[in-house]
Amino acid sequence: MALTFAATPRTHQQVAPRPRGRRGRAARRTLTGWAFAGPATLIVVGLSIFPAVWAFFISRTRWNGIAPARDVGWRNYERIATDPDAITAAKHTLLLTALFVPGSIVLGILIAVALNQKIRLIGFYRTCIFVPYVASAAATGILASFVFNPQFGAANEALRRLGLPAQQFLESPGQALLVICLIALWGEVGFTAVIYLAALQDIPRELIEAATVDGASRWRTFLHITLPELRPVTVFAAIWQTITAMQLFDLIYTTTRGGPMNSTQTIVYYIYELAFQTQRLGYGAAVAYLLFVVTMLLTVCVIWYSRRSGSEAF
Amino acid sequence: MRRLPFSPWHLLLMPLALIFVLPLVQMVLTSFMTSQEINQFPPKFLPTSIHLDGYRTLLSESNILQWFGNTVLVSAIAVLSHLVLCSLAGYGFARLKFAGRGLAFLAIVATVMIPIQLLMIPTYLMFARAGIVDTLAAAFVPWLASAFGIFLMRQFFLGLPAELEEAAVLDGCSTLRTFLSVVLPLARPALATLAIFTLLSSWNDLLWPLVAISDDSKFTLQVGLASFQGTRRTEWSQLMAGNVIATMPLIIAFLVAQKRFIATMTFSGLKG
Repeated sequence: MALTFAATPRTHQQVAPRPRGRRGRAARRTLTGWAFAGPATLIVVGLSIFPAVWAFFISRTRWNGIAPARDVGWRNYERIATDPDAITAAKHTLLLTALFVPGSIVLGILIAVALNQKIRLIGFYRTCIFVPYVASAAATGILASFVFNPQFGAANEALRRLGLPAQQFLESPGQALLVICLIALWGEVGFTAVIYLAALQDIPRELIEAATVDGASRWRTFLHITLPELRPVTVFAAIWQTITAMQLFDLIYTTTRGGPMNSTQTIVYYIYELAFQTQRLGYGAAVAYLLFVVTMLLTVCVIWYSRRSGSEAF
Repeated sequence: MRRLPFSPWHLLLMPLALIFVLPLVQMVLTSFMTSQEINQFPPKFLPTSIHLDGYRTLLSESNILQWFGNTVLVSAIAVLSHLVLCSLAGYGFARLKFAGRGLAFLAIVATVMIPIQLLMIPTYLMFARAGIVDTLAAAFVPWLASAFGIFLMRQFFLGLPAELEEAAVLDGCSTLRTFLSVVLPLARPALATLAIFTLLSSWNDLLWPLVAISDDSKFTLQVGLASFQGTRRTEWSQLMAGNVIATMPLIIAFLVAQKRFIATMTFSGLKG
């Protein structure tokens, strides 16, 4: 939910503070402030910081939720390194992220550029491309398992018409993760397309016109003017989509549930299984902490890189 | 309207638009097919006539109406509560100076990166102790307010000119009065944005209610659908009917509020 980080306003306007009177007035002001901000703060912080700290203590225990928890120190964390299931899940998560993030950025830019043209039917195109984003990942997953059904699905029918061999898609260990990535792109690219579209419309027209007057081709203008102008959005999109990819759950749950033969088992799905299917709460929490740390490191890296290269979005 | 010449962009956009929208069209069409039609080879895209068997069986053999009601309730509470709590907090953080403001805001910022999967385990335990696991309250309590909502509203209030409020204060309005009668009416676009986003995420939430609710009659649509899929994998017309029921309200809302929606994404995405 980091959406508005990006939107740091240029001007901070503040109501001029009322003249400070006695101490009573300051106390009153603090009370008013907390009356406004308190309830929401309490809910947000209470439902995240507190559980996050608690999760850390759980992650250092061996616990099934019923019998008393047994303290095991760092053993859960040590075990992750030698747990073949965790390593496989991590590999799948990384592969998914490595495919999904660049995919949604490149596709997002391409679609946004196309949707930014002043041509007929543009409103219709925008609607079509954005609608899948509104559908839930659960519904998308169910729909996808229909479309990619090896026997009667539309995907194989399309391949057949093109004279290509039928595929197993979600039922093949070699293809399932790729198909899930494609479905995720289908469902999420509307988001990147729209934020790129907004950014494109924000680029000062004079910049493009100046380049055209100077005799730059459209492609060169795109490469040297448009793309650099889109960099802050790209930083934001990269972070946002990384978080989306690393936390992808609904789609996997409603298509393959980690199968076939664990080929779509990701870290998030593994955590769900550990904690809520096999009741290994301590170990599940440890794996979840690892996910947290990796997500945070990736985010920090992207921000650091973008600061260094001077395209700060944050 | 001036006629524009044919553009080569159509060659890219037309197939793309079809790829994005055809699966959804097929979802609707399939929900009107019989299972015979669905299992035919080669597969058919259009039903021969409109069969309502999928809907009929779904309505009689599952609790889908109840799930629908539950989802509407959970989403309505989430949206209303977000509108009230996040606009208050956003205003507090944007305009009111109070002890602990910086720290409180920092804590909220920090929550953004914590993945839900980490919070699930302790939250489940917390809710179990509070006795609200397996009730609808479990589904909506995490949606009462969000860091995102607070940011969004704070951002909006920071951008408002302060003069109006100053005038109200000089006229002797209390802070609450100023907020309610001067600031809030100006905040309609931001409130609409917040409502849309909250509706979208609370309606579509699967993981948390999946974990917190196991009683069939308390399911939300997403959980119900997923459970239905688990037990009747092959009843595609019913599954697609369920999908239509779960998806269409939001798609229709999107089509109606499209302008607002796109503006929302623009507004909240990246300006600046």
